[in-house]
Order: sequence, then structure tokens, then C-alpha cells
Amino acid sequence: MWGQVADPAILRLEHLSKRYSPDRPAIFEGVDLELRQGEYLAVMGESGVGKSTLLNLLAGLDRPDSGRVLLDGIDLASLDDDAVTLLRRRSVGFVFQAFHVLPYLSVEQNVALPLDLLGVREPERTLHTAEMLAAVGLAPLAKRLARELSGGEAQRVAIARALVHRPRLVLADEPTGNLDPRSAAQILALLRDQVKTNAGAGILITHSRTAAETADRILVLDAGGLNPRSGA
Amino acid sequence: MSARASRGAFLAWRLLMRSQWREQPLRLGVTVLAIALGVALGAAVYLVNGAALNEFGLATKRLVGEADVVVRGPRDGFSEKLFVQLARESAVSVASPVLELEAALAGKRETLKILGIDPFRAATLQPALIGDIGGNILALFQADGIALSASAAQELNVRRGDTFQVIVGSTPKTLQVVDVLPEGSYPEALGLMDIASAQWTFDRIGRLNRIDLRVNPGNDVAGFRDSLKLQLPAGVLAVAPQVERDRAKTVTRAYRVNLNVLALVALWTGAFLVFSTQSLSVLRRRRSLGLLRALGLTQAQLRRALMGEGAALGLLGSLLGVILGVAMAAAILKFLAGDLGNNQLRIGASLVAAPLALIAFLAMGTAVSAIGAWVPARAAARQPPARSLKGGDGNYAATTRSSGYAGVALLILGAALSRLPPVAGLPVFGYGAIAALLFGAVLLVPALTVRGLKLAPRTHHVVLDTAVAQLRENVALSTLSLASIIVSFSLMVAMAIMVYSFRLSFDRWLGKLLPADIQLREPFGNDTAFWSKLEQAKLTAAAGVGRIEFRRTRQLLLDTAHAPVTLIARGATARDTADQLPLVKSETLPLPGNAEPVWISEALQDLYGYRVGSRIDLPLAGSSSRFTVAGIWRDYARTTGSIVMSRQAYVAASADDSANEGSVWLAPGADAGRTAAALRASFARGDSFEILTSLELRERSLSIFDHAFAVTYALEAIAVLIGLTGVSFAASSTALARRAEFGMLRHIGMLRRQVIGMLASEGILTSAFGVMYGLVLGAALSIVLVYVINRQSFNWSIDLAIPGWQLGMLSVALIAAAALTAVIGGRAATSRDAVQAVREDW
Repeated sequence: MWGQVADPAILRLEHLSKRYSPDRPAIFEGVDLELRQGEYLAVMGESGVGKSTLLNLLAGLDRPDSGRVLLDGIDLASLDDDAVTLLRRRSVGFVFQAFHVLPYLSVEQNVALPLDLLGVREPERTLHTAEMLAAVGLAPLAKRLARELSGGEAQRVAIARALVHRPRLVLADEPTGNLDPRSAAQILALLRDQVKTNAGAGILITHSRTAAETADRILVLDAGGLNPRSGA
Repeated sequence: MSARASRGAFLAWRLLMRSQWREQPLRLGVTVLAIALGVALGAAVYLVNGAALNEFGLATKRLVGEADVVVRGPRDGFSEKLFVQLARESAVSVASPVLELEAALAGKRETLKILGIDPFRAATLQPALIGDIGGNILALFQADGIALSASAAQELNVRRGDTFQVIVGSTPKTLQVVDVLPEGSYPEALGLMDIASAQWTFDRIGRLNRIDLRVNPGNDVAGFRDSLKLQLPAGVLAVAPQVERDRAKTVTRAYRVNLNVLALVALWTGAFLVFSTQSLSVLRRRRSLGLLRALGLTQAQLRRALMGEGAALGLLGSLLGVILGVAMAAAILKFLAGDLGNNQLRIGASLVAAPLALIAFLAMGTAVSAIGAWVPARAAARQPPARSLKGGDGNYAATTRSSGYAGVALLILGAALSRLPPVAGLPVFGYGAIAALLFGAVLLVPALTVRGLKLAPRTHHVVLDTAVAQLRENVALSTLSLASIIVSFSLMVAMAIMVYSFRLSFDRWLGKLLPADIQLREPFGNDTAFWSKLEQAKLTAAAGVGRIEFRRTRQLLLDTAHAPVTLIARGATARDTADQLPLVKSETLPLPGNAEPVWISEALQDLYGYRVGSRIDLPLAGSSSRFTVAGIWRDYARTTGSIVMSRQAYVAASADDSANEGSVWLAPGADAGRTAAALRASFARGDSFEILTSLELRERSLSIFDHAFAVTYALEAIAVLIGLTGVSFAASSTALARRAEFGMLRHIGMLRRQVIGMLASEGILTSAFGVMYGLVLGAALSIVLVYVINRQSFNWSIDLAIPGWQLGMLSVALIAAAALTAVIGGRAATSRDAVQAVREDW
């Protein structure tokens, strides 16, 4: 998680294509992308264009029909499910639209989950958790149960959880879809700030132009692949 | 309730039912099947026992016929002068003399009931029976002639004109079949002889043991019966025909009721399944229910709609169950001769229509399902719509507290009920105590789970800690999933402890009563075969016999309200007798005033109210002899009661020095097989009595014991399976509800096997708690079973013993099964598709 590799690209997509069944047209074809250290990228696209499918491919949760996904130079297709899971555990952080914090765990326990999975022992575990909670402004709520949080607070917990193990790549899927505009603006700023501070790179998938504009560059996904936004 | 309110509830019910069937067809289907199985088992057991009783009823009706009063004496009879005396009574229009015997058959262990009758007098009182002899009635007057029922002819493998042998004393005597009655005439094995032939054949010249009386119209039958008491000799009683007809019912009632209750356990477990299914479905649909409330459905309408769901499941299940029950009963009667483990009810009976009983089972199945649905319906209706719409899990802390208080109250009620006496010979309050303890214990589960989980330490193992945290948060769900398994498993534990205790006590009892190397006896319950003093001497002199001790057993009717009791004369002297018996209470011998001691069984103590020190008058040899109860002994062979006295006392009171059972101790170095052969060879018809080594007899007795409890084990196993289904439903339901959670965990790097491991941990923790709880509860229930229900039903005591190994294996198997169901549910919930559930909104 804290290591560096020779390939300057953290994530590389090569001619990626995906279709749901052979008799249906491809969702997208020939997607190429190179994401370098420190980059924060926004991917936009209309509903049904395959943004979530692309996210699944990036995380190794689904396999492309053709092309390759290289995370830190490792071809995800060459790994079995357990190996991909372990790579994801070590190198990827997720932020979801619906927060997905475990309601029956405390804020602190939710944030520490990736560290627990990685077997990080005390006192590092507590140290990193406390740092992340402080970074997202939730230190006073550390002992509170997650089910007692507001939407904005829950998403802060999710951001802390996504970054506590300093992953190489953070994938955020519509992270402000369930929030009011004010909370959304705060979360987007926080996410960008934390990705820049604690992660290798980040991809923000969103419908929102405002949200996308917090990224370093914006790409639009359509059947033809990932292309820079016109006028950008 | 207004028409509009009803319509609202009906519309909501229809809407909810449709969506339930669409979304949860498998779960609802299995719940319906569980109810169906419960109803089917109850109905089948009822119908099979009902068919057997109906056959007994028909048989007794044919035997008793049109008599108004049946005068019964001891099996060895009374003088026929009594018949002359009664026939002259002005109130009597017809008197029919009868000699009724269970005859020993040469070369067979079974006996044959033979009625010696005056055919012409009997034609008036038993027209159906005698009418079937028809034109062959005169053949009955042949000295050795006997008419057999079709069943008897089949068992003896004889036809008209054939002969067979009965044993009288120790002499074989040949009888000739003069007629075989038509199939439907009498359902059991029966032989009819002319009374004079019977008296001559069985050496009972001048003796009768029954007189049937018809009273002149206009006379008060009950008054006449009472007046007879004053003129009848000792041991001869005037019995109402109804008592005779109901005897089979009375004697087998406790067994039948217990079996019926046991069969209904499956139905009650099914009700708990409805309870957990409905509770889970209410939780799952809380937003929809909140929406219905927000749209204007009242609390009462929602409650009725949800209870209607449970009732509809119950009705459907009960309909299926009644059909299945009738089919099961027909199959049991056809292929197993109605054998549900009680030999007294084993008969080739056929199914009898019982529409009222079937309607009752239908109503019961529907009602228990509605009751099962009532608690979740009430909880859902009371939930504020705003909270339901938000998706909250409800105010379970308050529920936990209030159900805890109700649980404690029910436990106290159960303990109080267990102290009450039986009602009409049935442990009605005992069943009540079991039900109260079960419900009370289930209601206490949430409170105890909360406390238990609070004590669980943090292991720093992410899978385990997350599992414990999840359980702690969702204690209500966990509890619901446990209800059906706790109920069924605790009952199975209670039954296992009871049966194991009974078996151990039974085995010890056999060892105490049968200490010798070899046992020999004439057919059980026979009235005709015995060994005279001379034959006893021959048996004693047989090669290989070291010592032999003889016994005499016979039936005595002490009270018309009860079935006959067994008198056993054993042990040379009173002190020998006392040493041989498994006594539960006794006086020191000799008794004050040199009173003659007898030892009564626990049944006699419970049924007749005798105590140690009570005086007891026994009709022996036509006069009454007084004895004193010197002790109470445990008798597992005779539920209707038994009295033991020394042979010395018996011979003195009855002048009967014959014997029909014996225990043989081998001479040093003697071989059991060769000694048995020598015993058989002691007199001509040696093969007709039974000779078994004590080991063989013990094995046979235990095998009969195990056979008798096989049905109970089967019924319990079914209840546990239904309970396990409840756990499986809860596991899969919970797993599905948590798909998004598992999807998130998979996203952040939890391996699929770790997620499944987490679910398995939850399953193991939950079921281990359920199993431990079930063990403790089952142990408590077994105390009620052993000391209340068993004692009040069968009138014998049992020493409590715990089958640790058996319960341990059962517990491990159940925990493994529950963990497996959790894993199966988890595999589905962690599939690749399920990982995408993080995209669903929570």
C-alpha cells in the first residue's frame, strides 16, 4: 500500500470492451486510459452508458470481453478471484453513492475495517484510524454507532474508510448522489483533498458537471470509449 | 367493525398476500408444507388410534350385546348357582351364563379368547354374534366343537372341520372347528363354545365367570345394579355395559393422548415457523407497511391483514395436511396394521370417517398459524409509520423488556401448573406447564441474547468481531430465527432425557425382577395353562436346574370403575418377596399384629388410593381375604395395577398351589441351552411354554421398549426438521437482506470465503446459543415429563438420567446443520451479481 512500482501509470486500460451478451451491441469498445500518480480524474456519461460496468472492470469485480486492465502494472485478468480481492484490499479504496457504512459498527470500527482486513496491528491501526477521522472531521464521533449518523457524516466515514490504508487508487461512484448541495460540495472538496494527500490517484464517476469540475480532468464515456469532454 | 374497515383490511390483505407469493414463493410454500405436516401427523395419529378403538368398540359391543348388566367374577370363576339365583330375580328378563377364558394354545405364545355360552340364551343378548353362526348353531353342542371368528381361523390356519389344541393345566386338549364366522362378524380372534362343552374342556364344571342380564322393561337398571352388589359373593361385581365397552378406551387413553400431543408438537413448531416467517417478512416489508399506514390504513386494519396472511397460510396448510393425514393413516393401517408402538392398539382395523375431527384439525392448523402471525402483526401495526418508512428496525429494546417480563411470568405459571393433580387420569395441567414453560422461555430469549452478547469479548479477528457486532445489533432477527428451533429442540431434548431415563429405569427393573439365568412362563395373560405341584416337581428335577422359583399370576377385578389388576404370587415367604421387588417405599417386616403383607404397584396406589399400611380385601377362592399394604413397588409391565404377595400367603388364601411362571438358576457348570431342552422335555407338551434366558428376555423387552418409542422419535425428528427449516429461512432471509453489506465488504477486499465464514460464525454463534438454551430448557421440561406427565399418565415413576453423549452428538449435528444453512444462504448472497448490490440504495 505504501510501496511504489516502476510503471509510472497507476492504472492503465488498453482497448477495453464489454458487452452483456453476444447478441447485444457492446456497451463500450476500445477504451484506453492512463492514470498517473497524483491524478484525479472525473468520468461522466449518460445513464446506461456503462459507467458502473467500467468501475467494476477497474476494480476487478468483472472481466472485460477484450482488452486489459493493469493496476500498478499487474494485469487483473491474470489473477484469480482471491488474488484480485487481495490486490483490491491492498490497493483500492471505494466510495459509494449509498455510503455503505455498517450500521452496527462504530464510526471508528467502520473506518478501521480495511486495516483489520490487512492485519495491521496496534498501535498503527489506532493511529491511522485516528488520523483519517481527524482528516475528515469526525474525530469527536469516533465511538458513535454508524446508524446514528446523518448522510453527510456517513459519507465522510466512507471517505475515511476508502483512504485509511492509503490505497494506490480511489474509486468514487456518485459519492454525492444522496446528499444535499451544501453537503455535496463539502464532500467533493474533502474527497479531492484526501485523494491528493493519501492516495496514488482517484477516479470520480458522476453525472454532475459541478462534481466533475472538482477533478483535474474530465472524460466522457460513450459507446466509442473514453474521450475528453468537448470544450474542456 | 364497520364494512369499510373490513374492506380496507381485506384489500390490504390481498395486496400483501399477492406480493408475498410473488416475492417469497419458496418460503411461503415451505411454511405451508410445515403446517400441512403438523396437521397431517396429528390427524393421522388420531385416525389410526380412532380406527383401532372403533374396532375394539365394535368387538366389545358384539360381546356385550344387548345386556343391561354384566356380572363379572374372577377369571377362575364362581359357582353357577349364582346364575340360577340371578335368573330367578323378578327384575331379570333374560340371564345368560358365560365362561370367558383366554386359552393357551399348544405350540403358540398367543392366547385365544373363548366364550362358553348357552347359544339359545345368548341369541337374545348377543343376536349379531350368534346370528352369524346361523344353521350351524346345533353343531356347537358337539362336545369338542368350537366356532371361530374369521380372524381366529386365519391365525390358527384352520378351516371348518379342522382341529387344533388348547392347553388345560398342562394337558393338551383337541377342539374341532364346527364353523367359521363371516369376515365382518367379529373383528378379533374369538372362539365360541357351548358352555357345557367349555366347562368340561377347561375343567370348570359348575363354574362361570360372567353372567349377562337383561332387565325387564320399566325397571331402574342402575338401581337394580346397585341392589345386586349386596347379594354378589366376594370378587363378583355388577358392571354397566358401557364400562365394558369403554375399557379399551380407558386403558389406552393416556398413551393415545400423549401420542396425539406429541404429534401436535410438529404443528406447534409449525406455528413458531409461521411466527418467524411472518416476523421476518414484516421486517423485510417494513417500508411497504409504513407506506400503507401513511396512505390511511389503520392499525387494526393492518393487524387484521397481517394476521389474515398467517391464517391463510394455515388454512392452506391445514387443507393439505388433512388430505395427507388421511392418506398417512390409510397407509399405516394397511401396511403396518395400525401399529403406532402400542400392542394394545395393534389391530387390522380400517379407516373410519371422522369429519368432525378433521374439521377440528383444519381449524386447529388455521388457528395456530393465525396465533403465530399475531405477535408480528401487532408489532408491525404499532410501529409508527414514520419510523417504518425510514427503514428503522423498530423499538426492540422496549419489546425485549416487555417480552422478558411476560417470559418470567409464564415460567412461574408453568412451575405452578406442574404441581397440580391430573384431571380424569390425564396430566392436563402438566401439558399446560410444558406450554407455559416453552412460551416463557422463548419470550426470555431476546433479553438473554442481549446480555449474552454484551459479554462476548473482542477477538481482534475481523470476521468474528463483525459477526458478533452484527448479532448484537440485530438481536430481534436472531431471536426470531431461534424460536422454532428452541421449541422443537428443547422438546426433543426433554423426550430424549425422558426416554433414556425410562430405558435405564426399565433395564434396572428387569435386572431386579429377573435375576435368574432362565425364565419360563405359560403364554402371558392365559387362564387355562399352568403347572400343577407334580409338574413343578418335574421341572425342578430337570437336568441342569440348580434352583427354581415358581410364580402364579392371575387377574382380579377389584372395582368396576377400573380394569382388572394382576395378582402375582412370588417368593416363598414374605421376606423373600420383599427382597425380590424393586420397592419405592416399604414397611419393615413383620408387620404389626402379624398382618399378612402385600406389595402394591404405583398404579394401584395412584388409581385406588391405597397407601403403605392400608388394608386391602382381595377376593380369592370365593371369599374375601384381608391383607396389609407393606410397600409400593415399581411395575413397568402393568399400567392398570398389580399386587404381589408371597406364594405361602397366596396358597393359604386360595388353596391354589399351581404356577404359570418360573425363574431358574443353573446348577454349577450347567449349560443354559441344554437345561432349557431338559425343561421342555419335562412333560409331553413342553414346547408350548416359553423358555428364555434372562439375557434373551432382557433383549426382547428392550426391543419392545424401543419399538414403542420409535414413533415418538420420528415425530420429534420431524418437529426438529421443521425448526431447522425456520433457522434456514431466517439465515437466507438475513443474508439476502444484507446483500449490499456483503457487496461492500467484497469491494473493500474481504474474500468471499471470509464473508461466508462471517455468516457461518453468525450461524454457529446463534445456533450454539439456541442449542445451549434448548438443552437447559429441555432438561427443565424433562423434569415435568418425568415427574408429572409420565407419572400422571402411566402411574409409574422413573429415575431421571441424562444421555450426555446422545445429546452432545445431537447438539453438534444441529449446530453444523444451522451453520450449513447459513453458509448456503451466504453463498447466494455473495455471488458476483450480489456484489453489485452496493449499487442498490439501502
